[in-house]
Amino acid sequence: MKKFTKQTYINWYKDMLFWRKFEDKLAALYIQQKVRGFLHLYNGQEAVLAGALHAMGENDKMITAYRNHVQPIGLGVDPKRIMAELLGKVTGTSKGMGGSMHIFSPEHNFYGGHGIVGGQIPLGAGLAFADKYFNRDGVTLTYFGDGAARQGSLHETFNMAINWKLPVVFICENNGYAMGTSVERTANHDEIWKLGLGYEMPCGPVDGMNPMKVAEAMHEAIERARRGDGPTLLDIKTYRYRGHSMSDAQKYRTKNEVDEYKKIDPISQVLDIIYKKKYASEDEVKEWDAEVKSKVLECQKFAEESPFPEKQQLYDMVYEQEDYPFLKHR
Amino acid sequence: MKTIQFREAICEAMSEEMRRDESIFLIGEEVAEYNGAYKASKGMLDEFGEKRVIDSPIAELGFTGIAVGSAMNGNRPIVEFMTFNFALVGIDQIINNAAKIRQMSGGQLNCPIVFRGPTGSAGQLGATHSQAFENWFANTPGLKVVIPSNPYDAKGLLKAAIRDDDPVIFMESEQMYGDKMEVPEGEYLIPIGVADIKREGTDVTIVSFGKIIKEAYKAADVLEKEGISCEILDMRTVRPMDWEAIFTSVKKTNRLVILEEAWPFASISSEITFQVQENIFDHLDAPIRRITTADTPAPYSPVLLEEWLPNFNDVVKAVKDVMYIK
Ligand SMILES: Cc1ncc(C[n+]2csc(CCOP(=O)(O)OP(=O)(O)O)c2C)c(N)n1
Ligand SMILES: [Mg+2]
Repeated sequence: MKKFTKQTYINWYKDMLFWRKFEDKLAALYIQQKVRGFLHLYNGQEAVLAGALHAMGENDKMITAYRNHVQPIGLGVDPKRIMAELLGKVTGTSKGMGGSMHIFSPEHNFYGGHGIVGGQIPLGAGLAFADKYFNRDGVTLTYFGDGAARQGSLHETFNMAINWKLPVVFICENNGYAMGTSVERTANHDEIWKLGLGYEMPCGPVDGMNPMKVAEAMHEAIERARRGDGPTLLDIKTYRYRGHSMSDAQKYRTKNEVDEYKKIDPISQVLDIIYKKKYASEDEVKEWDAEVKSKVLECQKFAEESPFPEKQQLYDMVYEQEDYPFLKHR
Repeated sequence: MKTIQFREAICEAMSEEMRRDESIFLIGEEVAEYNGAYKASKGMLDEFGEKRVIDSPIAELGFTGIAVGSAMNGNRPIVEFMTFNFALVGIDQIINNAAKIRQMSGGQLNCPIVFRGPTGSAGQLGATHSQAFENWFANTPGLKVVIPSNPYDAKGLLKAAIRDDDPVIFMESEQMYGDKMEVPEGEYLIPIGVADIKREGTDVTIVSFGKIIKEAYKAADVLEKEGISCEILDMRTVRPMDWEAIFTSVKKTNRLVILEEAWPFASISSEITFQVQENIFDHLDAPIRRITTADTPAPYSPVLLEEWLPNFNDVVKAVKDVMYIK
C-alpha cells in the first residue's frame, strides 16, 4: 500500500473538509428550496471514502446508494457539476435528470447513485463480473448501508460473487441506523461482518472514523480481489451526524450519542496528526479552510447561474433511438 | 363530524379494525417505533404492542412473503410499503402468491391481506421514486386495487379493504397525508368497487382517481366560469372498476376526458377508453381524450418534472377539445 505521508494527511484534511462543507452548503440550499426532493448527507462518514481512495487503483470502480454526493468528487468529478445536478441544472452530472440520489460519472469510475435500498449490490458484482470477463484489472467497491444488509439482494449476490470469485469488495457503511431503525433491531445479532462467514467470504469489522484503518482494510480487500481470490465483506463502523434525510426529527437517538462520535470526528483526528507531526501551522490550516470555503462558494455560484434544461430533454435520453415513438400524454 | 388528516384517517381505519379483530397485524419499515415514515401509524405501537405493530428490516421480499403466508394461516395482515416503488422488491409474493392462492388451491385457501402505501409522484424524487403501478396490479386477476383521493373515502375504503377476504392493494400519496376533511364520529364503511360523483355536471365527464383528481377540480372551477359544466367521477377503485358509473355519466354528457397520474401505455385510462367505445360508442359526441404523465421515466429537474406531470391546464384544454371549443 502507498505510505501515509505528510501529503496524505494534508490531502485527507482538505478533501474531507471540502466534502463536509459541500454537504453543509447543500443543506442550506435545501432549506432555501433550491435543492428539492430527498437529501441524504454524508457528514461524519468521510473517513470511509478518504481511506478507500487511498487504497484504490486507477481502474477500480465505485458504486453506492443515495448518500452519494461526495464519492464522485473524491474520484475526480468536478464538484460544480454535482451541485448543479442537485439544483436540477443542465450542467449537472446527469443534466438534471437524476438529482440528489442519482449521481453518475462512469468516466470517473463512479457508477451511481441508487435510490432503491440494496438495488446497487448486485450491480456492483455485475460491474466486477464484466471486468473479470474482459480480463481488466479493475476491482469494484460496492457500498451499502447497514439497513441494506437485510435485503435479499445482498445474500443472493454474496453467494454468486464468492462462488465465481468476482473482483468486488462489499463495504457495509454501517452508521448504526437505517432511517430510525438501529442495527440491533433488525437482526438476531448486530455484527454485520459475520454475514460473510456463512459464505466463507473473508470478512471483518473496521473502524470507520479513522481513514488509516479504513485504507489498510481496503487495501487488503482490494488486492485480494485483484489477485483473483474474490470478494471481501468489510463492516465499516461509522456514524452520520445529520438526520437520515432532511426531514427527520431523530427521536431514535440522543444528542449525547451524536456528540460522542463528534469527539472522534475523522477530520479532527487527521488535523490532530497534522499538528502533532508539525506538518502545518495553524495559519496554514486557516488558509486551507478559507480555500475550501471559496471553492464551495464557486460551486454554488456555478450551480445557481447555470440554466435549467430545455423541455425537450425529457425525451432525449430514454432510448438510443432518436425517433422513438413516444405516446403523447396531454 | 370531526376534521381529520388523511394520515389520521388511515390510522383510525387500521386501529378500529385491529380493535375488533385480533388476527390483524401491521408490518412494514418504520411503522412501529417511528410511528410510520409518514406518521400514518402514530400511536399504534403504544396501543397494540409489538406483537401486532411490527417494524420490519428493509427486506420487502421477505416481509411481504411472510405476511402472505400468515394470511394463508389465519392472519389478516396489513403490509405497509414505505412507497409502492419499493413493493417491486416484493412483487413476486403479491402477484405469484397472494393473487393466485385462492384459485390455484381450488378455493381451499385464501389470502385476506392489504398492501398499502404511497403511489405516484411526490416532488423532485427522480425516476425510481415517482412511479404509479395501479395498472400493473389492476392487470392481475385475484387482486383488488383501491386508490382514494380524500380522507373520508380513505377511511371507509381501508376498513372495507381490511375486511375483504381477498388481497387488496391500497394506494395513498405522500402529498395527501396532510389533507384535512370532515368525517363522521361513528363507524362507516365504503364498499370497494363503487365510484363516486365528486361533482355533478352536464357537458363533459372527467374520470380520475387518487390525488391527481385535484387538478380536475381546479379545471372544473376554471371551466365553470366559462359556462362549461364538468361532471367529475372519482373511481376510488380501479379493480374492480365501476363501469356502470362511467357509462351512466358518459351517456348523460356524451363526452369523456380521463385524468390519470401514470404512464400512458397500457394504462387504466387505456382500458376505460376501450370499454366505453365497446359498450356505449353511440353515445360519444367526440373522441375520448386522456391526460397522463409523460411516456418517460420521471425527471428530477423542476422544469422537466412540471412538463412530465399532468396539470389542470391540460384538463381545461382537453375538455375544450372534446367540446370542439377553440
Ligand atoms: C427497497 C427500498 N425500501 C425502502 C426504501 C426507503 N429507504 C430509503 S433509505 C432507507 C434506510 C436505509 O438505511 P441504510 O441502508 O442503513 O443506509 P443509510 O441511509 O444509513 O446510509 C430506507 C428504508 C428504499 N429507498 N428502497
Ligand atoms: Mg445506515
